[in-house]
Amino acid sequence: MFLLGLPLALYLFQNSLGSQASFEGYKAFVASPFAKLVLLALIWAYLHHFCAGVRYLLLDLHVGTERDSARKSALASIAVSLALTAIFALKLFGAF
Amino acid sequence: MTTKRIVVGAHYGLRDWIAQRITAVVLAVYTVVLGISLLFMPEFSQQAWKGLFSGTFMRVLTLLAFLALCWHAWIGVRDIYMDYIKPTAIRLTLQVLTIVLLVGYVIWAINTLWSI
Repeated sequence: MFLLGLPLALYLFQNSLGSQASFEGYKAFVASPFAKLVLLALIWAYLHHFCAGVRYLLLDLHVGTERDSARKSALASIAVSLALTAIFALKLFGAF
Repeated sequence: MTTKRIVVGAHYGLRDWIAQRITAVVLAVYTVVLGISLLFMPEFSQQAWKGLFSGTFMRVLTLLAFLALCWHAWIGVRDIYMDYIKPTAIRLTLQVLTIVLLVGYVIWAINTLWSI
């Protein structure tokens, strides 16, 4: 992640905010379905980490520490991260 | 009284644990701000995209979030090294490489943000 994902993100960030030519280069790169899938995988990894992280912050605050609710929140964090990833997938592939 | 010190240990404090939580909160807030801005951007034009990052507030916020990201990643990656890489020489080498890489990313991010 921090060896490949971060440099890729920084590279795309730089190109997308650079000159007109570099923005066109960025668009051409992101237009390929393979690049979209790679980005989506990274987005999914990030959102999963985000949801699991929020869950841990809540556990630190002693919210939902019982076995039953902890199990439910674990499943919920997976479900929410998948749902959010689906929304970003629709955006990425131009559904809205 | 002597305590056996480990060169590449966690420095025996609550500091990193707290830092991990605080950087997590900074990142969570920034993620929500950026995610909503992205999803509700009417069309992805370069003008709109540059407009989002051209204000000083957004630049500073983005840099703060990126610093939080690198610090957060450092704590997490070092935890992995401490769990799985036992020889001190290899662990120290990996830690130094990681720091050099992350600081380089920060400089790259500053350069990108302030050359819009």
